[in-house]
Amino acid sequence: MYGNDFSAPGTAPQAQPHTEDGFEDFWAVVDADGRIEPRDAMPEAYRKSLVRQIAQHAHSEIIGMQPEGNWITRAPSLRRKAILMAKVQDEAGHGLYLYSAAETLGVDRADLLDMLHNGKQKYSSIFNYPTLTWADMGAIGWLVDGAAIVNQVPLCRCSYGPYARAMVRICKEESFHQRQGFEILHSLSHGTEAQHAMAQDAVDRWWWPSLMMFGPPDDDSPNSERSMRWGIKRFSNDELRQRFVDMTVPQAEALGLTPPDPDLRWNEQRGSYDFGEIDFTELFEVIKGNGACNKQRIGHRRKAHEDGAWVREAADAYAAKRDPGRTARTTEVA
Amino acid sequence: MPEQSRRDWPLWEVFVRARRGLSHVHAGSLHAPDAEMALRNARDLYTRRQEGVSLWVVPASAITASSPDEKDSFFDPAGDKIYRHPTFYDIPEGVEHL
Amino acid sequence: MSTPQGSSSPPLRSSDEQPCGDPASLARYALCLGDDALVMAQRLGEWIAAAPQLEEDVALANIALDQLGQARSLLGYAGSLMQPTRSEDELAYFRDERDLRNVQLVERTWALPGGTGSDFGVTMARMLIWSTYQVELYSRLASSADETLAAIAAKAVKEVDYHRDHATMWVLRLGDGTEESRLRMQAGLEAEWGYVEELFDPSYVDQGLLANGVAVDPITLRDPWNSRIDSVLAEATLARPEVSPARGGGRDGIHTEQMGYLLAEMQHLARSHPGATW
Repeated sequence: MYGNDFSAPGTAPQAQPHTEDGFEDFWAVVDADGRIEPRDAMPEAYRKSLVRQIAQHAHSEIIGMQPEGNWITRAPSLRRKAILMAKVQDEAGHGLYLYSAAETLGVDRADLLDMLHNGKQKYSSIFNYPTLTWADMGAIGWLVDGAAIVNQVPLCRCSYGPYARAMVRICKEESFHQRQGFEILHSLSHGTEAQHAMAQDAVDRWWWPSLMMFGPPDDDSPNSERSMRWGIKRFSNDELRQRFVDMTVPQAEALGLTPPDPDLRWNEQRGSYDFGEIDFTELFEVIKGNGACNKQRIGHRRKAHEDGAWVREAADAYAAKRDPGRTARTTEVA
Repeated sequence: MPEQSRRDWPLWEVFVRARRGLSHVHAGSLHAPDAEMALRNARDLYTRRQEGVSLWVVPASAITASSPDEKDSFFDPAGDKIYRHPTFYDIPEGVEHL
Repeated sequence: MSTPQGSSSPPLRSSDEQPCGDPASLARYALCLGDDALVMAQRLGEWIAAAPQLEEDVALANIALDQLGQARSLLGYAGSLMQPTRSEDELAYFRDERDLRNVQLVERTWALPGGTGSDFGVTMARMLIWSTYQVELYSRLASSADETLAAIAAKAVKEVDYHRDHATMWVLRLGDGTEESRLRMQAGLEAEWGYVEELFDPSYVDQGLLANGVAVDPITLRDPWNSRIDSVLAEATLARPEVSPARGGGRDGIHTEQMGYLLAEMQHLARSHPGATW
């Protein structure tokens, strides 16, 4: 799961001037809603932009394993424990599919992981929030996965074949993630008073960050237009955000929980929900590294990777011993 | 073939045949140090351990791909051998299943 | 509550679906096997999002899920035989340290003795020991005279066969990989070896259940286990450790100090809201 919340205005790589002449075949395919495949000629800017987007999407999946993974050992029933394990396992799998897709563009997964570890590439900032209670498992499934689904479904038709196919595979497996979050919250909100309060508290904390997952307002998103021309982005940030709100508010009513927005109301004219103004300064702070969990998330990731180096090297050495034509991987430069 | 130093386990391409009657379809790729682990990882990742599924894993370096630039002489040009197209033949009206 | 070993409990009322054997003994037996799987699943859950490679996160989660599934089936069955009946969650979340019946092998952290942090060598050593044992156990339990146990075991055999393959694969690679990995894999084995003996201690199994062909005698598992382990260790260029057995007692609720922490983490939330549904 992921969002469009990777970079603050002024920090995203600026759109390059149009240097995509001479790629008539490329444009013919994109304009006909076809699929660009790995060995096709493509503008360098398209390739680089996709590498970054797909990699950051993959990083989001694997960093996203942590806030939920936290609660596996503490799940309050065996059934919930099993469901949560399966969900986090899926997220690892989704990360792997996405790294595969990125690698078709001529990059190495090890390099992408390096860029995650040293901060050159980002992950969805929603995962820099802490999971304080069990109800957060419900809120994440319902709101964060819900937002991710709204973002991801259009990507199933994006112009780059391997990315679109990975997204189709991911969307199929996501179906239970949002439902499980909703179910958790439903049990809580219809349970004891303490459970209901726990659920409402989680919604209070996750609502606005989930809306921010769709990224800055359209006016503040300089790269959106280029991304749309390339057939990668299909809808604007604001359109997707509105779609999410319209789907989610009735679900909140079914849950008996109240989104923390006093300005939320149905607008008959627009056929949509009006909602309160989002304070994006919080998003920008979190993106800059000042969220509650930024250091912890990356630190945990780096440690897992570094602690596992001896294991990976051993596997490589074992394989090399058995295949005379192959040399073992040399020790990674720190 | 001498291998330059690698930063990660080698890349493998995965092909899955979901059930009998179908052919193997490219499903994606993964990293593994050797064929046995590649197959296991592929089973975990691309089949979620469903039975009855057939998997191939192939080192990515073993795959030779055609280039999108190649035309005409490499591929059978669609327009040339027209007798392979069903529309080439006139079938009298009323004849079914042809 | 602990029933003295070997005591004969008065037979409980029979019903049409009378399981094979005295329900109280059967419940206790299923509880032992169920607690093993429960605690193993709990420890394996700690590895998710921390494994050496993403592919390994997926594999360890698979194994944890299988163990948890076995736990739920076995605990559910045990609970159904009790008077009054108890659910899988009541058993998992509302028993104290002295009432859990798992072997000590599965309850300890993944750290090397005196170390902190989860060690992959310890993990694969434990997984090799455990899965090899479970393959032998379940393949025999699949012929149990008790239909429910037989069915649970038949499903589990396929799962633990996969776990054993996975552990074997890693022990071979770590043992016969780099010099560093061989030392670390050997250290993992040394750390776990003292807890092997308890797996084959038959004193927890009711004689009646053995006589009726319901339970598996752990003594019968030792030779096939040894033979398989020795062959893997030899191929992995690892030495069979010579470590005196730990004192044991898990089946009687005598656990290591690490058990208390495990239960505190696992049970805290459910116990904070007794009677709640999740």
